[in-house]
Amino acid sequence: MNVDARIEFDATQYHVKDGGQGVVLDIKDLNLWYGTAQALYGVTMPIEKGLVTALIGPSGCGKSTLLRCINRMNDLIDGLKITGEMRLHGEDIYARGADVIALRKRMGMVFQKPNPFPMSIFENVIYPLRVDGVRDKALLEETVERALTGAALWNEVKDRLDQSALGLSGGQQQRLCIARAIAGDPEVLLMDEPCSALDPIATAKIEDLINDLVGQYTIVIVTHNMQQAARVSDNTAFMYLGRLIEYGDTEVMFQTPKTARTQDYVTGRFG
Amino acid sequence: MSAFMNPEQAVADRSAPTAQPRQRASDIRARGEPFTWALGGALGVGCLMIIGFLLMVFWNGVGTFVPKPIAVVTTTGGEITAGEATRTELYRPTPEVVAALSEAARQTIADRDGFAERTLYRIGNFDFYSEDFRWVSAFDVIDVKYPKDIVLVERTEWGPFIGHIESIAVDGEVIALDSVHDPRFAEAHAQARARWSQIQDIERHQIGAVNYRINQQRLTLRRIELKDGRDSQAYSETKRAADAETAELQSEYERLTEQAQALRQRNAGMTVTLEELGGREKTIGIDEIVRTYPANDLSSSEKISIYLSRWWEFLSDEPREANTEGGVMPAIFGTFAMTLLMVIAVAPFGVVTALYLREYATQGRLVAFVRISVNNLAGVPSIVYGVFGLGFFAYVLGGSIDQLFYPERLPNPTFGTGGLLWSALTLALLTVPVVIVATEEALSAVPRSMREGSLACGASKWQTIKYIVLPRALPGIMTGIILAMARGAGEVAPLMLVGVVKLAPELPVDGLFPYIHLERSFMHLGFHIYDVGFQSRNSEAGKPMVFVTTLLLIGLIFVMNISAIVVRNRLKKKFVGSQF
Ligand SMILES: Nc1ncnc2c1ncn2[C@@H]1O[C@H](COP(=O)(O)OP(=O)(O)OP(=O)(O)O)[C@@H](O)[C@H]1O
Ligand SMILES: [Mg+2]
Repeated sequence: MNVDARIEFDATQYHVKDGGQGVVLDIKDLNLWYGTAQALYGVTMPIEKGLVTALIGPSGCGKSTLLRCINRMNDLIDGLKITGEMRLHGEDIYARGADVIALRKRMGMVFQKPNPFPMSIFENVIYPLRVDGVRDKALLEETVERALTGAALWNEVKDRLDQSALGLSGGQQQRLCIARAIAGDPEVLLMDEPCSALDPIATAKIEDLINDLVGQYTIVIVTHNMQQAARVSDNTAFMYLGRLIEYGDTEVMFQTPKTARTQDYVTGRFG
Repeated sequence: MSAFMNPEQAVADRSAPTAQPRQRASDIRARGEPFTWALGGALGVGCLMIIGFLLMVFWNGVGTFVPKPIAVVTTTGGEITAGEATRTELYRPTPEVVAALSEAARQTIADRDGFAERTLYRIGNFDFYSEDFRWVSAFDVIDVKYPKDIVLVERTEWGPFIGHIESIAVDGEVIALDSVHDPRFAEAHAQARARWSQIQDIERHQIGAVNYRINQQRLTLRRIELKDGRDSQAYSETKRAADAETAELQSEYERLTEQAQALRQRNAGMTVTLEELGGREKTIGIDEIVRTYPANDLSSSEKISIYLSRWWEFLSDEPREANTEGGVMPAIFGTFAMTLLMVIAVAPFGVVTALYLREYATQGRLVAFVRISVNNLAGVPSIVYGVFGLGFFAYVLGGSIDQLFYPERLPNPTFGTGGLLWSALTLALLTVPVVIVATEEALSAVPRSMREGSLACGASKWQTIKYIVLPRALPGIMTGIILAMARGAGEVAPLMLVGVVKLAPELPVDGLFPYIHLERSFMHLGFHIYDVGFQSRNSEAGKPMVFVTTLLLIGLIFVMNISAIVVRNRLKKKFVGSQF
């Protein structure tokens, strides 16, 4: 299929908002195939440290695929092929012999559907520490309080930490998953449509949370909700059919999109 | 590009007249109801058959120990038959028999198309009659009475006796009894039985333990002899110690034998004289009597107490009289121990195999082949497993163990023959496919999101399996183990080759070091059913036992399954829970 000339995007024309802390994650010319079907085409995208970067685009355009490349979650899939470069603080994530587990420990991930483990709330939050073999009780307790406070859940669950996490509501479960993701003190927080299963109030809480977490963490968030992207993100990347169409400062992009496709999408004319 | 229809056009389409309006009412075949009924019917028939079978087993099993009245039947020849009526059926008497009958009787038979009725009586007194059961044809019967003074005596030998208790003799003094309720009989009986159980304890347990220790001494000596030779220093030292020890044990043995002999002597002086209805008498030791009761003169509470005491005897005693009487405690114990051991063996093995197949192995042709093979293993006839178990476990493995660890006992095999351990392992092999299949299913049912959540937290694959996948799959794994248990506990054929025996003198667990004797052969309820029902002197005598034992086996499996299911449901609640 021939790509429309209007949607060609010049990789040199990034007008990203500068976090002032440099680039944490540098994606260069990333191509990805599921078997023979190509899902990503030459994605080049530097992600600024300490900012929120939103990934938007119509369903099936490869947002999740790109996000899951960052912590190598796609490794589980048979027949996956990747070319290109992805560097975390200059280290090639896909280098031969790279330590995947160590890489994942530097990232936190929040999934579309809350996926608390069938254990107590306490055990859920400290899971990243548990797998590191941390036994120090004081440290664990301190981590739980910090992470749950960070995820705006502490007040709701502080009296029932030993109860099963499966007894929480959907929104609470999602915030618990966020607490779990930040408990290991990650450098980058990856969120794949974290609010899609939640009601507006729970969504608002999570958005507040993202605003609170910004600065401490670099956040990459996939969303289908334009308002949400506008509200929480500093930079936005628009993807279409596996290509990065436009990437830049959220405000600029939403007001003066450079391509017609982006304009149509952000104004809700297609999707 | 647009596949959307113009709304106006769509409306026009809908209202356009059609020549032949399509028929709307659905055909009964299309709805598939007859098919559903057929399926439901088949299910119903299946359930009815199972329920009917269970009810029959339950009814017969529960009724076996009820004390039944004793009928005294006088027949045309003046012959008297006394016994418990067990069942009545129609049969076709031979023409010669019919010809010899009276006019009226012939007429009755002719009216019934040549069939006559007959009843089977359990007449006991095998020592007199050489048969346990006797058929009595209805046309022969002159008179049926239920005299109150007739008693049924359960004996440790020769089966039940039906007749009267004439007299008892205590140390030469003969006491004639005129009533079955005479307290002097009860007293003498209680004393004699108490002594009898003392004798049992001494002979079976205490002397058994002494014998065991004497044997241990011999084996220790033999071990040294094999290792160092007869002329060595160690041998002569050990021999001296062993001889001293053995002499001591020998005197202990003699003391115990004397003690038992003394008790026996006292019991020999206590006899009872029984008389059957034909007038023949028999004198036996009082201690040979398990229980007597006047079958036609029992109050309800007496009936209940006899019923319960028979159940208790059944559950807690060892079998006697070629297994057709007494209890099945060793068989209950054997079944339970073997099943438990099988679960201990099959659970880790099956789970580890399934884990490898599902989580680690590259899903390719080889794994598919292995999986198919495992599934097919479940279809191999169980007797084949028995042959394998005997050949591999008992002879090869057990033989080598004997060579290495028990050379002093050779040529007597220790592990080199059937036993509890080999039986459990054989059944574990038989049931492992069930566990593998169930575990694989449970593992694949663990949501991907859980694994991803764990991996995203930086957990390794093994940590993910340990902390997330296995706990979550545990209820499903338990289901597999429950199925395996149910299958294994009911399996008999392979066990006949690898360790089950008709009568095991010793339980696999006892008070002698090392307490658990995995090499011992054992009794099993399933085999007991086969043995009592089809291998005993008189299958009619064993029939009630077959039903009770079947009931017990079903009950045991039921209890084991229920406990496993309770555990599984607990786990399910804990680990699966409700996703909002
Ligand atoms: N495991 C997989 N195997 C094969 N193809 C896949 C796999 N996962 C995704 N794809 C394909 O890759 C493309 C991108 O999928 P992806 O899930 O990244 O889309 P998305 O932008 O996240 O969509 P959505 O907004 O619906 O979540 C789709 O065409 C999808 O069919
Ligand atoms: Mg997605």
